[in-house]
Amino acid sequence: MTTIALVPILLIGVIVVLALWLVGVYNGLIRLRNQLENAWAQIDVQLKRRYDLIPNLVETVKGYAKHESGTFERVTQARNMAMSAKTVGERAEAENVLTGALKSLFAVAEAYPDLKANQNFLRLQEELTSTENKIAFSRQFYNDTVMTFNTRIEVFPVNLVAGMFNFLRREFFEVKGEAERQAPQVKF
Amino acid sequence: MWEQIRANRRRAVVLITLMGAVLLVIGYVAGEFFAPGAGVIGLGCALVIFFVQLAVYYGAAETMLLHGANVVELKREDSPRLFNIVEEMKLASGLEFMPKIYLVDDPAPNAFSMGRKPEDYVVAVTSGLVHRLNRDELEGVIAHEMAHLKNHDVQFMTLAAVMLGSIVILAAIVRQWLWFGGGRRRSRSESRGGGGGQAQLIILAVGLIFLILGPLMAQILYFACSRKREFLADACGAQFTRYPEGLASALQKISAASATTSFASQATAPLFIVNPLYAGGGEPDSVFSSHPSTAERIRILRGMVGSSLTDYEAAYDKAAKNTLFSRETLGTSQSGAIRAPSNEGPIETRQDTRAPFYRTRGYLKVKCDCGMEISVPEGYEGDEITCIRCGSVLPLPTASETPTVAGLPPVIPSLAPPLQYRRAGTGWESLRCACGRTIQLSPSFAASHIQCESCGRNIEITS
Repeated sequence: MTTIALVPILLIGVIVVLALWLVGVYNGLIRLRNQLENAWAQIDVQLKRRYDLIPNLVETVKGYAKHESGTFERVTQARNMAMSAKTVGERAEAENVLTGALKSLFAVAEAYPDLKANQNFLRLQEELTSTENKIAFSRQFYNDTVMTFNTRIEVFPVNLVAGMFNFLRREFFEVKGEAERQAPQVKF
Repeated sequence: MWEQIRANRRRAVVLITLMGAVLLVIGYVAGEFFAPGAGVIGLGCALVIFFVQLAVYYGAAETMLLHGANVVELKREDSPRLFNIVEEMKLASGLEFMPKIYLVDDPAPNAFSMGRKPEDYVVAVTSGLVHRLNRDELEGVIAHEMAHLKNHDVQFMTLAAVMLGSIVILAAIVRQWLWFGGGRRRSRSESRGGGGGQAQLIILAVGLIFLILGPLMAQILYFACSRKREFLADACGAQFTRYPEGLASALQKISAASATTSFASQATAPLFIVNPLYAGGGEPDSVFSSHPSTAERIRILRGMVGSSLTDYEAAYDKAAKNTLFSRETLGTSQSGAIRAPSNEGPIETRQDTRAPFYRTRGYLKVKCDCGMEISVPEGYEGDEITCIRCGSVLPLPTASETPTVAGLPPVIPSLAPPLQYRRAGTGWESLRCACGRTIQLSPSFAASHIQCESCGRNIEITS
């Protein structure tokens, strides 16, 4: 008699434990996904800031270096392309082109001593350099979070829950030509 | 990184539980010593000592470090570059809120972080640090501090420090009491009691061992943990910046400086990036030191092949013959190459770094055409000053009276016609009101009028 009475109790116990585990895993995944969304939002904020700074910079440089219209055009074009990009991959590619164009603009500025002494230019240069850094750092954090998220939803038994609630793998925000950003090896 | 934080929290819970247990046992034993059966009261006393200490420590550490006359909170316009660096590191670490930045006027380069909640985290740097380090180095230092905040080291180490303090105090009280006349009373109670004597004796013996070894063990545990957290923060800092050399060379500069930080004490020393009480990297390397040897930290950072936690682990294994991270942590750590150095020099000159202090102390800044900048204290009499370098006579920037028809001085200052001042540029600027008070205009000041805090008169600002 006692064994028969125990079966439903045990069954209920197992179901309760399973349900609690499910809730825990689900909430954990949601938390991670929100972190991911937040990290992406951070990149977005910085990218927008860069779009806002670029016209100012181009105007300032134009006043001193009139003959470099080709460079200005490239920067403006790259900016427009980046702004109209749709997917994460497209966006990443367009941003790389923009970063390159900005680099050539700053290289142009090097040749004009008057420009380099201009307070407004110096302020814009610092802001843009820092914004570039911020993009790089928030992308780094985003990719770290994507990695954690992707690993988490693929590992057994969490993958069952992830599949049930349709948690999908996320794309990394990658930079092409990663080799360029690598430092030369220094030995001490 | 998430795995790393979780592992940290697990370890913290273990340590706090262990130290808490030691504290409670000592409390119980102390109670039993005073009067058999009073162990629970002793337990209560231990808790009271702990909470009083906690309250005092929280209040005192913040007051000691952040509320001095030589500390200011920096706004973006005070130091845009430092602000940018902190913002960059906030993004790299994924911290929720932007921490406040405090500048301490001290020639010794050092930095520390504080805060109970993410909303009021603080990163503090000394003026000696800001003007001495270049951008990459400063970034490394800030990243190290962010790692402390991200890993909740500050809250945890504070709790551990307070527990340690309580254990030491309690043990000292009981030892004192045993030394002076405690023994007499105990022998009396023993002769009175019959059967309970044996059990009591065992409790006493165990208690005595605890009284002597407990504080010592707690101390060793605490300092070992403090050192480990420094290594962890170094590792995370290198990962955030993707540039270990920045932090390594910053540590070298900090430890090579000859001045010691004047505002730090034994209690607040573990909060700093390098122990502030020992100049020239002379901290003795022992079980009782709060920081690992700086030379070793630099060696590990420079031995890194990449910038990930795995690379730090490899370098750490080689230098210390020990492991730092769990396998799960390393499993989710992204590999990362070391980025190129930025080649930017120091972000500010010494004068620029200390300018906020001159502003809060009411100095008037006068620029000469020869490039010299003169700081004139409030209360200086006269309308002009001679340049120390080129000898030209400079007028002090003063708000001028609007020419009025009647020419009579106004009776109520706030109703008087406004004084006038024309801005010279777009940067920081200071001017003198007719009453002698210095007024500072920030780069972001955009209004047309400003009111003097001292006499209440309005000053019209034109540009």
